[in-house]
Formats: sequence, structure tokens, C-alpha cells
Amino acid sequence: MTNEVSPPVPLASSQTSGRMARFSEFWFYFSVNKGAVIGFAVLVVLVLIAIFGPLIAPHAPYQQYRDALLTPPSWQVGGKEQFLLGTDAVGRDLLSRLIYGARYSLFIGLIVVTFAMITGVILGVLAGYFRGWVDTLIMRIMDIILAFPPLLLALVLVAILGPGLFNAMIAIALVLQPHFARLTRAAVMSEKNREYVIASKLAGAGHLRLMFKTILPNCLAPLIVQGTLSFSNAILEAAALGFLGMGAQPPTPEWGTMLAEAREFILRAWWVVTFPGLAILITVLAINLVGDGLRDALDPKLKRS
Amino acid sequence: MFRYIASRVLLLIPTFIGISFVAFIFIRLLPGDPVIALAGERGMTPERHQLLMDQFGFNRPIWEQYFSFLWGIFHGDFGTSIASKRPVLADFRALFPATLELSICAMLFAVIIGIPAGIFAAVKRGSIFDQLSMGIALVGYSMPIFWWGILLIILFAGILHWTPVSGRMDLIYFFKPTTGFMLIDSLISGGKGAFKSAVSHLILPTIVLGTIPLAVIARQTRSAMLEVLGEDYVRTARAKGLEPKRVIGVHALRNAMIPVITTIGLQMGLLMAGAILTETIFSWPGIGKWMIDAISRRDYVVVQGGLMLVALIVMVVNLIVDLLYAVINPRIRVK
Amino acid sequence: MNTYKKLLAATALAMLTGGLMAGGAAAKTLVFCSEAAPGGFDPALYTGGETLDATGQAVFNKLVEFKPGTSEVEPALADSWTISDDGLEYTFKLHPGVKFQTTSYFTPSRELNADDVVFSFERQKEGSPWAKYVDGASYEYFEGMDFPKLIKSVEKVDDLTVKVTLTKPNAPMLANLAMDFSSIVSKEYADKLMADGTPGKLNEQPVGTGPFQFVDYQLNTAIRYEANPDYYKGKVKLDSLIFAVTPDAAVRVQKLKAGECQLTIYPDPADVEGLKADTNLNVIQEEGLNVSTLAYNTTQAPFDKPEVRKALNQAIDKKAIVDAVYLGQGTPAINPIPPTMWSYNKSIKDDEYNPEAAKAALEKAGVKDLSMKIWAMPVARPYMPNGRRTAELIQSDFAKVGVKAEIVTFDWQEYLKQASDPKHDGAVIIGWTGDNGDPDNFLATLLSCQAVGTSNRAAWCNQEFTDLINKAAVVSDPAERTKLYEESQVVFKREAPWATLAHSLVTTAMTKNVSGYVPSPLGVHNFASVDVAE
Repeated sequence: MTNEVSPPVPLASSQTSGRMARFSEFWFYFSVNKGAVIGFAVLVVLVLIAIFGPLIAPHAPYQQYRDALLTPPSWQVGGKEQFLLGTDAVGRDLLSRLIYGARYSLFIGLIVVTFAMITGVILGVLAGYFRGWVDTLIMRIMDIILAFPPLLLALVLVAILGPGLFNAMIAIALVLQPHFARLTRAAVMSEKNREYVIASKLAGAGHLRLMFKTILPNCLAPLIVQGTLSFSNAILEAAALGFLGMGAQPPTPEWGTMLAEAREFILRAWWVVTFPGLAILITVLAINLVGDGLRDALDPKLKRS
Repeated sequence: MFRYIASRVLLLIPTFIGISFVAFIFIRLLPGDPVIALAGERGMTPERHQLLMDQFGFNRPIWEQYFSFLWGIFHGDFGTSIASKRPVLADFRALFPATLELSICAMLFAVIIGIPAGIFAAVKRGSIFDQLSMGIALVGYSMPIFWWGILLIILFAGILHWTPVSGRMDLIYFFKPTTGFMLIDSLISGGKGAFKSAVSHLILPTIVLGTIPLAVIARQTRSAMLEVLGEDYVRTARAKGLEPKRVIGVHALRNAMIPVITTIGLQMGLLMAGAILTETIFSWPGIGKWMIDAISRRDYVVVQGGLMLVALIVMVVNLIVDLLYAVINPRIRVK
Repeated sequence: MNTYKKLLAATALAMLTGGLMAGGAAAKTLVFCSEAAPGGFDPALYTGGETLDATGQAVFNKLVEFKPGTSEVEPALADSWTISDDGLEYTFKLHPGVKFQTTSYFTPSRELNADDVVFSFERQKEGSPWAKYVDGASYEYFEGMDFPKLIKSVEKVDDLTVKVTLTKPNAPMLANLAMDFSSIVSKEYADKLMADGTPGKLNEQPVGTGPFQFVDYQLNTAIRYEANPDYYKGKVKLDSLIFAVTPDAAVRVQKLKAGECQLTIYPDPADVEGLKADTNLNVIQEEGLNVSTLAYNTTQAPFDKPEVRKALNQAIDKKAIVDAVYLGQGTPAINPIPPTMWSYNKSIKDDEYNPEAAKAALEKAGVKDLSMKIWAMPVARPYMPNGRRTAELIQSDFAKVGVKAEIVTFDWQEYLKQASDPKHDGAVIIGWTGDNGDPDNFLATLLSCQAVGTSNRAAWCNQEFTDLINKAAVVSDPAERTKLYEESQVVFKREAPWATLAHSLVTTAMTKNVSGYVPSPLGVHNFASVDVAE
């Protein structure tokens, strides 16, 4: 479940046509990809749902309707109108829980990617810029992390930290972060000896300035693409941890946790199993579509054909 | 070439030591208690608890425990499970073939479908087939596979009764394992029915475990092919009027396969060690299920030994992939 | 040996072709979808039901055993016994002519005698050469039932007579001897293994006197047995028995419906209705010897006041828990012991569910704005299908009386450990399944002063209660014991260290062609009486 994007290719940095031009060029290539636009639209809707969840949700996500346990969706026989997608085993409205679940999933993705990206980029820049023993040390540690299967490592980490949403996020971020480190390191190494860097060096720029102000912005494209991929990975892995009982804890309406709780009803109440999974799939799919679009738009190698 | 191999192997040593350290430290950091579960709800007096901790050696100084752990590993002793009192390595050996068999089948499934689909999609770029297959690939790639597995079980085992629900073999067939691979063992000693049973048990787990590699391979093949098809020499070959099939089959394919093989190798390493979810859903008696049980039981020794063994396998597979890559792509060696 | 191999080959062949041969001499096989893989094959080393089923129940016998379907003790390998007047000496007369199993790995040269019985207990003592015969060996039940302190000696009187001497009278002793850790193993086999330098095989390839003999174990997959042709009660009706290890409850049900096994246990409560509706299946449900509770930490304010505990008990809607968690497969619990156990006090009334009264009582007790922790157990146990859901229900019940409850959970080991600590914070969801059917096994184990710090998770030490329980353990007259236990339950209800939640129904489902299965209230599964129709 890991992804490496194609080798880093710098943005056409010599152009100084300004940000607007760059953006409109980006948008042009991005909008060519119909899938990406659809994905983007779905993502926007999901974000809106997450933000305005409390206003949209017909019920409170924890409210138990004791007289309506496992009510089927409203269009099925036995369904009730007030529970559009039915209720779960303790009578909570599934739709409302799914709506609140969108908050968790997007939040998880965002935090995990931010955390993984920041640490990964810092480590990668350090390794790629200084080389030598710093590089060796950092990359050996990354090798060690990558030698363990991600989900297994995350599981052990969560077992150490204790089950829970926050700890699951830390574990996933730690597992995803080597990909950022490797990518950044490679990009920094290829940028390091370019004229503009050397020029800047000669002009007396310090290490920090060279690393983060001069070089890093030119390595952003592959990082953004990796970021989107990690975003969807983070959501999937958090759901998997939830499913294995090690992620968010009930009654949190996290989708993976909801699936785990629903597992015993697979034969009796299809809706409690189907909808949370579908929600995960749709979200991850939308993000991946956007990720594909981003890659196409930011990767000039594919632009020419 | 020899120097390249030697340097790659040497590089593994610090990683290996690091891994052993991480596995060891992780387990010491685990909260909970390695021996308390032996008594269940009954609980344990502090004296007895102390006695058992001594017996398992958990009260020794930490560095002493670490070195005896390392010492054991070099002698092929990965410790003894607290819960089952069986040697970790023996359990690993007994269970690994199940995981390996499933991973190989899943990979074959992914390769056999993924590569042709990817090639075809690249050649017919923009066609309905391209869009459809890449759309499906993206869905597969976005699939929460634990949910996917449950859906398949409900449909094919629960409603249609086409496949068995879980396990590796109908239990009416009984033969001693020769290779540990059910497909082979059942052919050697089980007869036709047994083989059929082994196949039918493998179908759903193979599909579930193969879904993501399939998507990755199809997408990777397609983009590698597109890249190669755009290269000058392919254009030249085309311009020279070579038959398109020959251009694709001989020139483009060979070069496009280099990144694809790397992808396959990396995926294989991940699969073998990462079949956790699939094994859990299908009660597949393999390494993933074993590790997860050990983690939830806090069976320190199994988690620690299992992590080591799994990481070792991933390392070895990655090494093989790297070497293979060097063989097919001479440019690497020169570096 | 040779004939055995032929026999095995023939059986294997019969098993292979069994499906094809209509009628004929096809072997009768029962496939049992079991809930977990056994730890090993020495019944004294493990406490998990899955291991006891696979060892003590299938392969071994004890001096005395529980009568099928009950928790009454009946003669087994011992035909009869006498107890001295002071209650300290138990003398057992062994059944003559009992043969140990002849398997591919061991051929016994003699029949069962007193040496085997002495060995079976002596080996579990600290300091015996068998005390650590595999890495990490520990005889948990032997320790847990206090045998090292309780048993002074086990001696051979003659070949067929054994004398067990206790250090103090102990009324539940016979019941303890019927438990699986008291299984009689072959000393001859053990000696041979020790001499060969492979003592560990005792935990891999068992040799007992029981109805089934061990054939093979595929790790985490299946255990195979065949009928013991020399079984002292006569060969059982089945020819072979297979345990198909199937940890996932939903998968067990699926496999049963698909005919991949003929009998299974512990289905998810959600699936029970569907099983009952299936015309190809028989479902047996009976009250398990268990209880689930919410144990208040009685050393922590305000739970140190009985009136607060009682008030909270009134706030809990047990009916809702039975409905939503047990899905009807259980009954609300009133006493700490289940109604099927002797000495259950029927005259005790349960705290009535009444949020208004609870609120008033809390106010009267001076409790305002109480926030507390509810511990939700992270695993399903036979007495508690879903600890988290239960905690959520109690949480919302408590909210109605103005008590703010936070649900906490740990992994199971940490949970057990921390909940044992008298200093833990809040109320713990926990429970118990009886080991031997004696009330002492519930009341003394879970609620006495001596169990504080281990299995008394309410940390409740009430001298009146403990005196009653301890007295009942040493008197031998059943009527007097009953009276003492009944009295102790009155004290329990008055003091309310727990909210007793529920007793669960134990469900066994099997295909229609399976007959003769008798479920045990003790949570073990025995297939000696089972038959399968063609």
C-alpha cells in the first residue's frame, strides 16, 4: 500500500512568469483530466459535509434510539423515514454517524500527511544536503522503518502507545514518513549542484537558507503528489487499524471502527457493513483521482505527449 | 557485479542490527504484561507474578536480555511463545508456507491480469478500454480490502455458495504436509478432490490480496509503456516501418518491464509480510494472522521474533529485487 | 506398530473416499468448528477452554468427572472414594483394567495404576523435574486452585488405591479433582520421554485414557483424533473427530451453514435467530455457569458508600443490556452466582430500574456532579459478548441520573492487571465462568477479602461476607453449606459491590444429523456421547 511517485523532476524553475501563470498552466493540465475534476468535486463536497456535519446530520451521532435497533434503510421493508440509511446495533442513525465520520477521516488524513511530510522533508533535506554520515544515519533509520510491513509496524506502534485515534495517527505518520524523506533526499541531491543553487551559495546564503528557501521550493511537485497518495493511504490504514480494533475506539463514528463493530451483523444487517466501507472507498477514490490529476499536471514529462 | 552484490549485502548488516534493536525495544515498550494473561480473569498474586517474570527472564537487565536475544537469533533460536510454549521459529516454519502460497497466487493473479491490461491500455491510449481498465484499477487501488473481503464472502460464500468460507482445505482430506503448499501437497497425496478443494479455498483470498498489486501493476505497466513508446528509438523503429506488434512486443516491452519488475518485487515483499488483513478475514492460518494474535495476546516473544523474521524476509526479497534490477539494467551497476 | 499403520492407512483411505461411498463402511466423522487454537496438549499447562476441550475433554480422564450436562461429580477413573471424618484424607479406589491409548508414537506396556495418579499431581509441584519441562511451563490451575498449599501429599497405597491428604478441610476438593488440570497422564509415557530427552513431547503428543486419541495437529488449522478402541467405557460412536480451528464467530456460523462443520459454539448473538430458523440445524441453548458485572471500586469515594452503589445500580437498565448486547441470549443477573447453581438464593429481589429514584438516592447521599470511569473490556468472553457496547449503554443510563461517565479501555492483559489493583479508578466491566460448579468458585474467588488484589475487582472486603464464605468452604454438610451461601448472597445484595449485569445463554449449533451432544454448563465441550447419522 505504499507508493513512490516517478523520479522527481523540477518545475521549470528558470521561468519567471509569475505564480498566476504557473497556476493557470497547472489548472489547464489538471482540468483536462476529467477524473481529477470529478474527484476534486467529490472531495469538495466531502469537506463541506465534514465542516457542516452538525448542521446536516439529522441526528446526533451518539444518540441511541433503543426502540429502533438495526432498522434497515428507509427504502427497505421495515425501514423508518427518519433513518435514511438505517440504524446500527444500539439504534444510532447510520447516516449521521457517516457524516461525522467524514470529519474523522479527513482530519486523520490531514494530520497524518502534515506530520509525515514535515518530519520526512526535514530529514530528507538534511540527508540530501549534507550527505556523509548524516545521510547514512538518516537513511539507515528509514531503511529499518521500511523493512517492516507498514500495517504491522503501525499495529505494534499502536499496541505500544495504546489503542486510540491519536496514537493510530502518530503510528501511521511514522510509517509513511520515510517515503517523504527518500523523495526529498533524491530531489535535493539532484537540485543541489544546479547553477542557481551554486549562484546562491556564492552569494553567501547560509545552510538553512540554501536548504529550505532555495532548494526545497523546487522539489515541491513530487512532494505534493506523494502527499496526496499518503493522504489516501493514511485514511485506508487508519480504517484498517480501526477495523482491527486498534484505531479509533467506539463509540467514535470513525468508518473503520464502525465496520469492525458491524462485522458480526454481516448476515443480518447488510447496511451496517456496506455503507461505512462505501464511504471509505468513495473518499479514497476521490483523493486518488485528484492525486492522479496533480501528477499529470505537475509532471512535465507526461505533459509533452 | 560481484562488488555490487557484496556491497549490497554488507549494507544489510547495520540494517539488520537496527531491526533487531527496534524489534527488541518495541517489545519492551509494550504496555501490559507478558505473563498476567496466563491466569485470565483469576488474576495473579504479586509473588507469583514475580516468579513467572523471573522464569521468563524478563527481570534481567535490559542489555543482557538484548544480547541473549541476538545470540539466540544467530543460533536460530527466536525464543519460545509465552502462551503456547512452542518455539517461535517452529511456528513460523509451519505457518509461513500458507502465507507464501497465498502471496504467490495473489501476485500471479495480479501479474497475469495486470500486465496485459496495462500494455493494452497504453497501446490503445484514450480508448474505452484504457479508461475503463484504469478506472477499475483506481477503484481497486482505493479499496479498503478488509471490506472488499467481507463483501466477497457474503456474496460468493454466503449467498451463492460457490466458494468455501475460510480455511485452506476441506478437512475430510488429510495428508501430511510435504511442501506446506496445499496446491502441491494435495496433488502429491490428496487426489483430485483435494486439489479442487485447495483451489476453491484459495480463490477469494487470492482476489482480495491481489487486488491492490493488480491495480498498482496495471497502472505502472501502462505508464512505463507510455514512457517507452514515446522514446526516440521506438519512434524510429515505427518510422522505419517495423510491424507495430514487433515494436511493442520486442523493443518497448523489454524496456518497459524494468520498472514493472521492480514494482512486482517490492509488492511481493509487502504481500508476504503484509497479508494481515486478508488472513484475518479468511481465517487463513498464516504469518499475518499469527502476528496479530500475538500482538493482541501480548505474547512478547512471538511479536519480537515474528517482527525479526518478517523484516528479514522483506530485506531478502528487496535485495533480490535490487540484484535482479542490476542484472536487467546494466546502468545501475556502473554507478 | 505395523498393524496400526495399516489401520491408519485404512482410516485415511476411508476418510478420503468417505464422500463417495454411499452407506457402506464410511467412518463416522464429526467436524467441530472450535473457537481458538489450543495452546498445547498438556491440560495442566493451560486455562483456556479451547485447550481443555482439545486435551482434558477429548484425550484424558480424571479420577472423578462432572456428570454430563451438570456440575455434579461422578466416579470416573476412581470407582469409589472415602473421605476421613476430619475431611483431610481422600482415598480413591481406581477402576481396574483401564488401558492407556496406543498411538503411532507410544505403545503402553501396562494398564493405569496408582503410580500414574501420583505422578499426575506430583509433576505439577514446584521442584519436580516436570515443573519446567517446556520453556515457560507454568501450572496455572494447580496454582490458582491453591493446590500447592492445599495438598499435603498424594500417595500410592496399593496398585489400585491412592490417598490424597489435605492440609485443611476443603469442601470443593472433589470438584477440583474433576477439573481438566487433574487429568491423569501416563507415567510410563512421561518416563520414556524423559529418558529419550524429549520431555516436550508430552505437550505435543498426548497419551491419555480418554474417548479419543490424538492423531495430528496442523498448527492453527485442525486437530485430528480417532476413537480410542480400548476406551474403558467402551469405544465411542464416532470414528474420528476433527477440531477445525475457526476463531471468527461469523465464519464459524457460515461454515456450519455450508456444511463444512457439523457442530459449533459461541456464535455471535446476532446470528442465533438465523441459526434457529435454519431447518437444517439444531440449536441448543442453556444457561451458562457465568455472570457479568460492573464492579465498583469499593475503596474509592464515593463508591465506598453502599447507598451510592445501590443508587447507581438502580440507574442501570439491565433489560436494555440483555436486549442490545446479548440480543436476548441472556437473563438479567440478580445474584453473583447463576440461577442454575446450587445455593442460588431465589428470595432475593433485584434493584429495580428506576432513574428517578436513583437520582434522588444519589442526591440524598450527597453525590453531585459525579464523573467516573467505566472500564470496557476489549474482548468478547462467553459471559460478555461486547464490553464496549455495554459500557456505552451504561454510560447513557448514568447520564440520565446526572452522572458523567467516561469509557476507558486497555488491551486485555493490561485491563486484567490494572483492574486487579485496588487503586484503579472507576467501575470495571468484568465477569466469570465457573470452573467447577461450586459456589465457592464464584463467591470466594470473586468477592472474598483474600481475593482483593487478584480476582476481587471491586476490592471489596466485607468481613461478614468473607466469614460466611470461608466457613462454607470447610464444612462438609451440603445443607449447611447451602444455608451459608444463601446468607452470603443477602449480604452481597445489601452491600452491592457490583451491579450484577447478566448471565448469558450458551449456544451450541449443530447439523440435524448430529445426536447425543450434551452441553456442559462449565464451558467445556465433550464429544464422547455424540453420534452422526449418515
